[in-house]
Amino acid sequence: MALKIVKGSIDRMFDKNLQDLVRGIRNHKEDEAKYISTCIDEIKQELKQDNIAVKANAVCKLTYLQMLGYDVSWAAFNIVEVMSSSKFTYKRIGYLAASQCFHESTDVIMLTTNQIRKDLSSPNQYDTGVALTGLSCFVTPDLARDLANDIMTLMSHTKPYIRKKAVLIMYKVFLKYPESLRPAFPRLKEKLEDPDPGVQSAAVNVICELARRNPKNYLSLAPLFFKLMTSSTNNWVLIKIIKLFGALTPLEPRLGKKLIEPLTNLIHRIMSADRSVYIPFLVARVRTKGESMSVLKYVKAMFVFVVKYLGLLAMSKILKTHPKSVQSHKDLILQCLDDKDESIRLRALDLLYGMVSKKNLMEIVKKLMLHVDKAEGTTYRDELLTKIIDICSQSNYQYITNFEWYISILVELTRLEGTRHGHLIASQMLDVAIRVKAIRVFAVAQMATLLDNAHLLTGNVQRKGICEVLYAAAWICGEFSEHLDNPTQTLEAMLRPKVATLPGHIQAVYVQNAAKLFATVLKSQEGNTDSTAAQETSQLMIDRLPLFVQSANLEVQERASCILQLVKYIQKLQQKDVEIAEEVIALFAGELNPVAPKAQKKVPVPEGLDLDAWINEPPSESESEDEQPRAIFAKEEPKHSRPRHTEVDEKELAKRREARKQEQANNPFYIKSSPSSQKVYQEAPGVEHIPVVQIDLSVPLKVPGLPMSDQYVKLEEERRQKDRADKKKKEKKKRKEKRSGRGKRHDSGPESEEDITPAHMVDIVTEEMPEVPSRISNTISPSTLWVFDDKKSSKHKKKKQKKEKEEKEKKKKKKHHHHHHHSDGGGEESVQNGTVEEEEPLPVSRDGPDQVNDIQGNLQDGSQVVVSVIFENKCDSFLKSMEFNVLDSLNSKLQRPEGSGPHDGLTVPFQLPPGQSNVCLFVIHYLLFVVVFPQNEDSSTHEKLDFKLHFTCTSYLISTPCYSDAFAKLLESGDLKCSSVKLEGVVMPFHHLLARICFRHHFSVVERIDSCASMYSRSIQDHHVCLLVKTSGQTVSIDAKCDEPTLLGNVLDEIKQTFSQC
Amino acid sequence: MPFASFCGTTHSFISHSHCVSQLLCLSVISSFQMQFMLLFSRQGKLRLQKWYVPLSDKEKKKITRELVQTVLARKPKMCSFLEWRDLKVVYKRYASLYFCCAIEDQDNELITLEIIHRYVELLDKYFGSVCELDIIFNFEKAYFILDEFLLGGEAQETSKKNVLKAIEQADLLQEVRHLMKSMWGR
Repeated sequence: MALKIVKGSIDRMFDKNLQDLVRGIRNHKEDEAKYISTCIDEIKQELKQDNIAVKANAVCKLTYLQMLGYDVSWAAFNIVEVMSSSKFTYKRIGYLAASQCFHESTDVIMLTTNQIRKDLSSPNQYDTGVALTGLSCFVTPDLARDLANDIMTLMSHTKPYIRKKAVLIMYKVFLKYPESLRPAFPRLKEKLEDPDPGVQSAAVNVICELARRNPKNYLSLAPLFFKLMTSSTNNWVLIKIIKLFGALTPLEPRLGKKLIEPLTNLIHRIMSADRSVYIPFLVARVRTKGESMSVLKYVKAMFVFVVKYLGLLAMSKILKTHPKSVQSHKDLILQCLDDKDESIRLRALDLLYGMVSKKNLMEIVKKLMLHVDKAEGTTYRDELLTKIIDICSQSNYQYITNFEWYISILVELTRLEGTRHGHLIASQMLDVAIRVKAIRVFAVAQMATLLDNAHLLTGNVQRKGICEVLYAAAWICGEFSEHLDNPTQTLEAMLRPKVATLPGHIQAVYVQNAAKLFATVLKSQEGNTDSTAAQETSQLMIDRLPLFVQSANLEVQERASCILQLVKYIQKLQQKDVEIAEEVIALFAGELNPVAPKAQKKVPVPEGLDLDAWINEPPSESESEDEQPRAIFAKEEPKHSRPRHTEVDEKELAKRREARKQEQANNPFYIKSSPSSQKVYQEAPGVEHIPVVQIDLSVPLKVPGLPMSDQYVKLEEERRQKDRADKKKKEKKKRKEKRSGRGKRHDSGPESEEDITPAHMVDIVTEEMPEVPSRISNTISPSTLWVFDDKKSSKHKKKKQKKEKEEKEKKKKKKHHHHHHHSDGGGEESVQNGTVEEEEPLPVSRDGPDQVNDIQGNLQDGSQVVVSVIFENKCDSFLKSMEFNVLDSLNSKLQRPEGSGPHDGLTVPFQLPPGQSNVCLFVIHYLLFVVVFPQNEDSSTHEKLDFKLHFTCTSYLISTPCYSDAFAKLLESGDLKCSSVKLEGVVMPFHHLLARICFRHHFSVVERIDSCASMYSRSIQDHHVCLLVKTSGQTVSIDAKCDEPTLLGNVLDEIKQTFSQC
Repeated sequence: MPFASFCGTTHSFISHSHCVSQLLCLSVISSFQMQFMLLFSRQGKLRLQKWYVPLSDKEKKKITRELVQTVLARKPKMCSFLEWRDLKVVYKRYASLYFCCAIEDQDNELITLEIIHRYVELLDKYFGSVCELDIIFNFEKAYFILDEFLLGGEAQETSKKNVLKAIEQADLLQEVRHLMKSMWGR
């Protein structure tokens, strides 16, 4: 043995220690991996040895290797071995390694529970400290559950060093095991007033973090924190408290007002202490009214301190409440856009969004466009792009006065390389083109150019995203083809073979819109005398379409083959010199109108209309087939009445269409929002109620040629000046009219902007824009337990108070147990007064079940008590199943069947018909708190019934029969302490009195002679308790003897109380 | 920002919408003040890492790699804060060593900067004008100091004196080992 030790230490001399390893790695720069693999082999050898020092050294090296990125999970067990070393030196290394290498899925963590518990209760504070530190890194739900009580005890440790750590780690425990929050919270709250500032700040930290998750439950602590804030001088603590108030003020507005003064003081104090960097933070966190005005002053000063980022951050917070005050700092923010730092630029961008107005929109966007050109890095550029579009399109294009400018901005954006936001641009183009009628001519011209130059957009693989724009371009050109200057050319561009490389959904749009274009071209060409041009166009279609018919995309295939057949048919007719352009056009006739997403709701149901009844019998199969070709353009609607056609089948078609129109007019689900269509359907009621605002246009500027967005800025200036000049001439009356005409629009922006008339107006669907979802709260609330029934808000307050009361009581008990535990292991009995059970009515209107409890020690097992709970159903419904659960606490635990989890409830093994009761026994290790969940069959709701059991010390007595000779011997032995009590005014018969003591306090009668009786009982810890009860008249005197004086005193107190109540 | 919430009193997490799957883990547990701290050299060599959120080794490596690259690419005059994924990263360079912390979105950047600085001061006091080599060769000491200063991502002791006192006393317990080391002349 001795030889082995010597050999071990000799070996060790030749082992590498950590320094050697580090040096070695540095010396083997070229073949590091190889060197480390030999090192790992050595370490594996070292780990096999028995010597703990060698092992610790190996583990230390492993920790280093782990940091370098090598997998050391295979050594997890060895780490646990080192952790459990008794020497601090090794223990420290072991815990360090564990905290670095272990994570939740490490299975050996389970083995550490007992070791950690041992270390936590170690007399050496550094052992405890090291264990706590380690635990903070690898705590799992299981560990948290098992160790919660130990850590909670440590929160009242004598050494602040330990208290501090224990308080902090409690937060981790709460997160992993939320149930622990309830019992631990009172103690945590106590720590707020701990004499040690470190512990105090730790408690503030923890409560602050908890409150951030679920502020509502911590409002009651506000006064306490307010006191702390005004008294504390520790900046770290102050920041945390202010953060906490930031979470609380939204819930309690009065708090904000109260905070202004102390906060201002604080700012001045800190300002003078030259720690100005904290200011915006301190303040921005608490968003109150009067305050942020003064804050701006400081925020501006921030820029001097080059802490631009924080300044911007603070501004964005103020912007939400005081947009105007921030707007004045526009230049400052625009400067930030030039900053080298990306995070600053992004922040500045956020701010710009809130700062635009009609006046400065063009200027700001121009500036942004410059940045787009300069920007390197696609993320930032994409961000810019989305911001530009966001800024322009916010609140229904409220700030855009010239849409030609906007379209050209969008077109310019398509030139961006590698952006992912093609889709966004496309949807903007579509939106604007559809909603702003006056812009269509211009938009179509631009889109035609885009289509013509499609190869620029699709040529590069990297530009995949941008080709989405072609979707919009093709659609706009097709839909509004009547505005095209040269439709034939565009048609040709749309049918280029290259198109086949585009994504399927875009090709589909191409094919469809080629057909629309074809119709337009046909119309224009048929007017001419020469019919060959028209036939050439048809030929072009027939030549090019087969390419799409072969497409792999089903949609493209279907549309292409359908249109191909159509064109072939048209060609046949053309050869017979039949004029068909009108009919082809009719295929795509109609007008699209924007409809608000919720517009349908606004349509009132006409009187006498039964929505469930068939208006017409369900259409036959053939009819629905007939409708199919139209279904492709489901969004479209006939607007003008069609010219009558000569052919018979066309007539029939028209007839059917008329019938359908009629049906649609009567059908309130069919939206005909176009106001111009009202002429056609004047007889139809309800149509005019559809909330679509009439498009109202002032005269747009005609700009010839291909404009660049820049020129609009200039034009806009001119236009505004002209407007202003015009306006002066105008009479007041006219002005008034105009205003009232614009009344429908959102009242927007500062008043001065009223003077700027938009060049184009947007179709603004004023009502029913989709609601912005309110901020989704995404907080973790481990404190849900803290108040059980959040839902039953009416009872909320009452319950909470109740809970608190219970908490207090529990605490009292805990302390007591604790005390006993330390003083003498034997006196485990809790000493409490009163046996009255407290009942709480079910939080519903009906009478709930009712319980009466009896608590008795368990004969078989000294550490258990049996609680018999009487369930009585007082309500008139049948209780199908009930569950009984106990929140395990420090000193008590519900005895559950093996295999069930620690939080599972016990199912009560019977059902309760109304008005009946039954008894059920539960075995509980020192139970303190019981929850019953009755489940009601009718409503099948789960209801919780909280109640509470008092564990009196006589609960722990076991009624044991005793023979009189043994009893006499016991009394003679002299080990017993004596005590007595006198009860006055007891009127009950003597045998009732005895029965009551027997029943309530678990005694048994040993002997009774006339008005004198001796009684005996023993506690589950085998303490004997003997009583001699004598009565004369109304006076009862009780002499008691017991080998445990505390128990004796408390038993007597209890008996006294029992009789004082009757 | 993606997050998670407890569902009742159970442990089940409900993850939110737009988080990328790989980030899911990060976001679920992003409820601590500081998420992690990394020390790395100008060459991108990791010198110390401390994670206050339990992540698998793979994720840790991925995050480390990305972050080191991002931070090293930044120019000296740039601001010390940057938004990265859904976290805020606060970093500062001391000589050849970068100190880099990740915090939650709502957390205070400046206090994090202060924490970094205080940690550097602690190292400086302990080692006596600290240099990168001190941290390389005594990396466990650097960890011990950090553990005394921060616990579970929260500053546990703001007094430098107290931290150093705790470390020194713990070291005293280790004295025996030091003696043995000096015997063998490290």
